Amino acid sequence: MAFKLNVNGRVSTVEVAADTPLLWVIRDVLGLPGTKYGCGIGQCGACTVHLGGRAVRSCQTPVSAATSAPITTLEGLSPDGTHPVQIAWQEIDVPQCGYCQAGQMMSAAALLAKNPKPSDKDIDTAMNGNLCRCGTYLRIRQAIHKAASISTSASARTVQTASNTVEVK
Amino acid sequence: MRIDRRSFLRVSALTGGGALLALYVKPRALAQGRGGFNPGPPPDPNNYVKIAADGTVTIMAKNPEVGQGVKTMLPMLIAEELDADWKSVKIEQTDFDDSKYAGQIAGGSTATPTNWTPMRQVGAAARAMLITAAAKTWNVPEGECTTSAGRVLHAASNRSLGYGELASKLAGITPPALNTLKLKDPKDYKIIGVTQPQRELHNIVTGKPIFGIDVTMPGMLYAVYEKCGVFGGKVASANLEEIKKMPGIRQAFAVERPDVTDTVLPGDPGLESGIAIVADTWWQAQSARKKLQVTWNEGPRANQTSVQFAQRAQELSQQTPQRTIRTDGDPEGALKSASKVVEAAYSYPFIAHAPLEPQNCTAHVTEGKCEIWTNSQIPGSGRRMVADLLGLQQKDVTLHMVRGGGGFGRRLTNDYMVEAAYISKTAGAPVKLLWSREDDMAHDYYRPGGFQFLKAGLDGNGKLVAWRNHFVSYGEGERTVSAGAMGPTEFPQRFVPNYALHMSVQPLGIRTGSLRAPSSNAFAFVIQSFIDELAHAAGRDPVDFRLDLLSTPPPPAAAAPPAANGRGGGFAFPGMNAERMKGVVKLVAEKSGWGKAKAEKGRAMGVAFHFSHLGYFAEVADVSVDSASKVKIHKVWVAADVGSHIINPGAGENMAQGAVIDGMSELMGQEITLDKGRVQQSNFHQHTMVRMAQAPPEIEVHWLKTDNPPTGLGEPSLPPVLPAIANAIFSASGKRVRSLPLAKSGFSWA
Repeated sequence: MAFKLNVNGRVSTVEVAADTPLLWVIRDVLGLPGTKYGCGIGQCGACTVHLGGRAVRSCQTPVSAATSAPITTLEGLSPDGTHPVQIAWQEIDVPQCGYCQAGQMMSAAALLAKNPKPSDKDIDTAMNGNLCRCGTYLRIRQAIHKAASISTSASARTVQTASNTVEVK
Repeated sequence: MRIDRRSFLRVSALTGGGALLALYVKPRALAQGRGGFNPGPPPDPNNYVKIAADGTVTIMAKNPEVGQGVKTMLPMLIAEELDADWKSVKIEQTDFDDSKYAGQIAGGSTATPTNWTPMRQVGAAARAMLITAAAKTWNVPEGECTTSAGRVLHAASNRSLGYGELASKLAGITPPALNTLKLKDPKDYKIIGVTQPQRELHNIVTGKPIFGIDVTMPGMLYAVYEKCGVFGGKVASANLEEIKKMPGIRQAFAVERPDVTDTVLPGDPGLESGIAIVADTWWQAQSARKKLQVTWNEGPRANQTSVQFAQRAQELSQQTPQRTIRTDGDPEGALKSASKVVEAAYSYPFIAHAPLEPQNCTAHVTEGKCEIWTNSQIPGSGRRMVADLLGLQQKDVTLHMVRGGGGFGRRLTNDYMVEAAYISKTAGAPVKLLWSREDDMAHDYYRPGGFQFLKAGLDGNGKLVAWRNHFVSYGEGERTVSAGAMGPTEFPQRFVPNYALHMSVQPLGIRTGSLRAPSSNAFAFVIQSFIDELAHAAGRDPVDFRLDLLSTPPPPAAAAPPAANGRGGGFAFPGMNAERMKGVVKLVAEKSGWGKAKAEKGRAMGVAFHFSHLGYFAEVADVSVDSASKVKIHKVWVAADVGSHIINPGAGENMAQGAVIDGMSELMGQEITLDKGRVQQSNFHQHTMVRMAQAPPEIEVHWLKTDNPPTGLGEPSLPPVLPAIANAIFSASGKRVRSLPLAKSGFSWA
């Protein structure tokens, strides 16, 4: 079946089975490898993307349910790695292996979009669906506070870029 | 890697006027350095440092990177002695090539101790040659030249030349013998000991394809591989014709393998029987697999259950031990005459590694050649297995080393690599094999469970005088399963005059092996918990009791203990130095304010220490336990002595904090159980990890720097946290936990 998706501001038409999880469309059809597979059952959060600005687990989102709203992956968070969470993640040097961090950053970005100054408790709630096997939680928490303190102008610019959609197919 | 007179540097010109510096290591030097590690075919010169005419310095990173930071850390050692400008240094991952590089392995926390000297020597040799080239150019004595940030300086004449300008002049210079080089005074270090963010940071935060799972190439197909849930089970029949008709499926075929008859399973048994499904996309392969109907010939291992293992261990504990690993003094006599005897039975389960990136490998087999992209922690053994399986020479198997999304020991076998190579050969195309999380959970090699039956005696002064352990593990006769043995020098051996370690085994038909801090991750829990019981029985403070124990003069017969056996993938290490351990115990007590906190109902601190992988770690946990057995970890303090330098302090702190959280996961929620020979847990909902809300708000890490060569910290940082928390739980609640995971005894995170 054909599905029309808006991913990172580009509209693509993909031919896949309707039950194909958005994760595998993003990774193997659209060639965006930043979004990761960790568990396939919505337990680890490595596959987190934004669907209409909300953090969702793309391994649990069939492609057929992802056509109605724009999708943002880590690659689309900013054109050049300058979204506040990307800056903060680098300044705090958060990752060890780095595999879960795409999902962590997407959950963090969705949190900050709703709640620009989250408390530790807010962070616990918003981030509890993202596992880090290396155990970098303390730095993730620190980086979210850091991102919150970075000027919001960068994220405002990103949103604008994402809305300039381009037809590619 | 040990550098000796058989090792030397070679220089050759690079196109474009640069130079390449190669550490040329003769096979015998390699063999000596790695305890019999196969050095491979005769070596070719290899790159460690490339200096381009424009001054760009590229340093080669030779070890597998699985999140331990080695791709940044080893080049830091070279750059320091080279006096390179770190900010502009480029780092390049090498391929696997044991004719050029030694020790291309991520295991046993060995990268630091084995590379600390040779990598600095490589940098120093390159620097010496650049000085020689500059001195010749200026016609001044070499002794008048200095270096700084990628330039050679001649202060007297106020001249300087960039490394790039000198690169083309290196080819005529004989490299110095490595062991004659004077290395820097540590007080002059500018890179070592200064936090350097890992170089992959920008690629990670922008989602670049850097992991094994991200490898793609033109014409690549995707594969899944279905194996029997019972180890060694074989395909009897399957609906392959139906599968082949499903959308996107290119091939579906059964793989026949000989029976695995060994009663103690090999760590890395190679290709197992199963069914390969090859498709245009991974999801198509995985979807087809859900329609797969296989009749398995499950073989002789289909009747194992965890319940039976526990029952058999109880029976064995009541019988005369099958063998004695060690006896010092007269343990039975001393137990009889002791003022107080404490007895306890401890146990811990099988657990899975579950790195977050599921096992995967991309292989492209063509006529007589095989090219592989892998995040293996031990690519060399994979290459050997692939060559054997495909009937190729090892030189015809090329291994590209790709970043791994976590390792924790899981990638120390190469099952996924041989599967990918075999499927690519059969499919006649490049293939990316990806295991599902369920595959990974069902086909891991597990941290072996175990049972320890302990009895100890205290004298009238509360001093430990006798220790007896009957360790019930898995194996057959004198053979134990991988990572299921205990060595004759396990603590508190040599600190108690009467010591006995006995062992009995029962058969096991699943794979086991090294998980981060192998054996230590379980033994520390048992030994440091039991020592805590003894401290309480003696009416002593747990820190004081430990310091006294560490101060016990070793009995004469045990003055020179043999090397501890096989901790961490077979690496033999010297024994523990009691003074160094006392140092970290005292430090962690001081930093945590041990004994000074105001008593609070349901809240207490616990302490533990453990020596492994040459590292000395003591940890204290501040823990609350409520009436519903909900556990909150307020804070953990880590004190460590891993030598004179922490090469990359930020990365070291990150890793030690992560080890605490990893240890918490093992303590509370992780258990692999068997029924009908099959693993009963399938995914993270049944083999749980600590989440953000459960992580302690603070984990303080303190380095006790001592005049010892730097050693690794990824593994030894983990073991003490389990008993530190368990001991705190006892002090806070009166509940002594002797069986893991805690969740089985009704505990949960607050």
